Amino acid sequence: MGYQLDFGALSGYLGLFLHGLGVTLVLTGISAVLGIVLSIGGAATARSGPVWARTLALAYVELIRNTPFIVQMFFIFFGLPSLGLRLTALEAAALAMTINLTAYAIEIVRAGIEAVPPGQREAGAALGIRPATVFIWVVLPQALANVYPALVSQIVMTMLESAVVSQIAVTDLTHVADLIQSRTYRAFETYFVITLVYLALAVGLRRLFALAGRRLFAGRRN
Amino acid sequence: MISLSLSAILPYLLMGARWTLLLSAIAFLGGGTGAFLLLLLRYGQPRFGAKAVHLYVEVLQGTPLLLQLFLVFFGLPLLGVEVSPLLAAGVALTLYASAFLAEIWRGCVDAIPHGQWDASGALGLKFLLQMRYVILPQALRIAVPPTVGFLTQLVKATALASIVGFEELTKAGQIVTNATFQPFVIYGLVAAIYFTMCYPLTFCARILERKLSQSR
Repeated sequence: MGYQLDFGALSGYLGLFLHGLGVTLVLTGISAVLGIVLSIGGAATARSGPVWARTLALAYVELIRNTPFIVQMFFIFFGLPSLGLRLTALEAAALAMTINLTAYAIEIVRAGIEAVPPGQREAGAALGIRPATVFIWVVLPQALANVYPALVSQIVMTMLESAVVSQIAVTDLTHVADLIQSRTYRAFETYFVITLVYLALAVGLRRLFALAGRRLFAGRRN
Repeated sequence: MISLSLSAILPYLLMGARWTLLLSAIAFLGGGTGAFLLLLLRYGQPRFGAKAVHLYVEVLQGTPLLLQLFLVFFGLPLLGVEVSPLLAAGVALTLYASAFLAEIWRGCVDAIPHGQWDASGALGLKFLLQMRYVILPQALRIAVPPTVGFLTQLVKATALASIVGFEELTKAGQIVTNATFQPFVIYGLVAAIYFTMCYPLTFCARILERKLSQSR
């Protein structure tokens, strides 16, 4: 065989690579922010909404958690236009990632809310504070502090899973790798380098969030 | 554009689902075996085994499965191995499953009180016998629910095999969609079939977990 690995062939694609990196990070950022916000509403609904809303929230969580992300994305990108909802690939990817992350995050946030001692809520009620205000200012901060590490690892998993959006031609990091390897015929080298970039992103994101968590929840967690 | 009735589409998708199940089974058996060896390496001597396993898990859990699949698909031929889509997907999913199961089972072994190691060591049991007669029987009990839960993740992960051209459920869905131009119905059906395969596993894992926490 005598195949010689050649990483030099990749050096001319820095601009393309940075573009892909940006797309991956933006998609992760959008889905993380929207996903966390929506999941707080979802978790509150699943716990103490009216029965129909509770059922709906739980059905949503089960449906998303028991089907593959790639199928959800294909359904949104290829399937929804027949209902008249036409999305660009980037919009479809962001929507699919948000929907996916929200479902997992609802479960996580719900567990966090359940772990807050009931005395906190009762104390708030005893002080005459409205339940919604107690939820937002007393229960929620503690709940999020409880499950912060789990939320972070879910966000990192979403970032890694976002490699799949290359399949609907979103020019993320993986799609850039596809392009580069089709031009250089250096498939293994390209994917190897991009895999290392994902690894660095995953490790970096985890570190960054750990640092932010220490500030955000200072004094709350140790 | 071909117009196919549901009664023609569904059996085709179910054929694909059979390959999804087979691939899941291969990955679970291969991954389970790998994870077991990793577990022995992690807790046995010499100590650097633990570091090596940690690194292995970190790398496989810190990179996208899709890229792992590509690396196997394009890497094995460089070593002179001819790869079929099934082989590539089988190898990649086995590695993926071994890392996740190793991490799950590590948590279960760590949950066994340290006194169990000390006591069995004091009785003169060597590492493998300690594992066989003292640690694993106890760890196995708590390992069942999360392992069943991971099966759901594994079944979903097999969907990526469609990207290297392995004709499992997702690929079958793509093929039918390309022929019929009914993506809404077809991908809806595909999702429903995945749900039918995964939900029982999720449900079992939950019941088992509840039973375990009650018995403690």
